[in-house]
Order: sequence, then C-alpha cells, then structure tokens
Amino acid sequence: MKIAEIVSKLDLTVISGINGLNREVTGGYVSDLLSDVIGNAKEGSIWITLQTHQNIMAVASLKELAAVIIVKGSVPESDTVRKSNEENIPILSTKADTFTITGMLFKLLEKK
Amino acid sequence: MQYRYKIAGGDFSNAGSVASSVKKILRQLNISHSVSKRIVIALYEGEVNIVAHAYSGIADVEIDSEKIRIVLTDKGPGIPDIPKAMEEGFSTASPQVREMGFGAGMGLSNMKKNSDTMNITSETGKGTVVELINYFSTDVR
Repeated sequence: MKIAEIVSKLDLTVISGINGLNREVTGGYVSDLLSDVIGNAKEGSIWITLQTHQNIMAVASLKELAAVIIVKGSVPESDTVRKSNEENIPILSTKADTFTITGMLFKLLEKK
Repeated sequence: MQYRYKIAGGDFSNAGSVASSVKKILRQLNISHSVSKRIVIALYEGEVNIVAHAYSGIADVEIDSEKIRIVLTDKGPGIPDIPKAMEEGFSTASPQVREMGFGAGMGLSNMKKNSDTMNITSETGKGTVVELINYFSTDVR
C-alpha cells in the first residue's frame, strides 16, 4: 500500500516530504527509543513515534523507512521538517495517540 | 581506501552523518544490502555514543576487498566497567539525552550484534577506542 493511500484512509496530515508519498509501505514499527528503531525496524516500514527532533529523520533515512507518523498532534521541529524534505521521507501527523493509530494502521495493512 | 571523519561531542544535529556517508560509499562499492545494513547500525550507534558521552572523536574507516574496519577513537570520560556497559539496558546517559530517545542502553549491544568483531579499550578520564570489523562475504565469519 502506498503512503498516500494510508494518509487518506487514516486521515493523517502531511507535514513534509510530499515527494515521498508514492513510497510503498511494507509494515510498521512503533518505538520512541532510537536504538530500538535503528536495530530492529525493517526497511519500508512506517514508524510511529512521539519524538519530533531531527535525529528521527537520520534514523529513518539510514533504515530506509517509508514514513514517520508523529502522534498526539505534536509538531516536528523545523530541522526535522527540512531533513524530511531533503530525504523525501514524509512526516505525517495524527491527533490520535500511539495505541489508537497503531491499531488503525495494523488493521489497514493486515487487510491487504 | 581510507576515510576519516570528525565527530563533535554533544552535537546531536549531526549524529548519523558518518553512518550516512559510509552507507553511500558501501552502496557505490556494490556491497550487499544485508552486509551494509549491519555496518550502518553498528556505526550509527558508535557515532551516537561519541556525541552523547565524549568531548570529541574520530571515525577512521578502512575498506579493502574483503572487509571494512572502523576505529572510533574519542576523547572523553572513558568506560570504567566495560562488561557492565555492554549489558543491555545499562546507560549513563543524561536525562536530557534519554528524553530524546537515546540512552536506552542498547547501543553497545547493537554494535556487538551487528559487527563480526568488536574490540573496546578504554581509559577512565582519557577516552575510548572501539574497533569494528565486518566482512563482506558472510562465509568468512
């Protein structure tokens, strides 16, 4: 499933990295610990986190993640947005908390 | 081939840039994805350790036809008890660093898991040297 489709089905807001919306999503990963994500997330996954600083984009880029969903309506810092645009890895925002958005994404990805 | 990168202690804005540069080089050299993924993880963690704990550091990267050898040398507080530091979950990172999602005590074990050889030497009050070696052909291991 493409990120763009997930954005519309889960009613996410695209904050940045619009050129990456055509990326294919192969799974998801949920963690706020960067070492956990760098060690265990799989390429092509959507990463759900509450972190907003620019290091999340360094991790997303090194791991070739499809996109990052920031929860609870938090706003990423400007450096994070800039890196997302440079790397074409979208940052998506949701008002939902981690539990809720993870459940929704899981259901959506499981269906296909 | 040899490359040298400087790493500034405390500069989280650039954490991961050495791993990113080395990843690009490995891609240009057509190193297999499964091998380069491990190197990138180990190097990223080493880089973050220098940023989070040391005053300054250097990453020396040597690549030949069979392996990559990375030596991370820092000036910093050193590691008084290396076996303890290797334990998953043990960390001396500051609360601020932890709030950013670092300092989970997974860095050194991620490095161990994702390198073929890892050697650490450290002198308290002076600094730490970490050597990571990964072979390009997995059957060399």
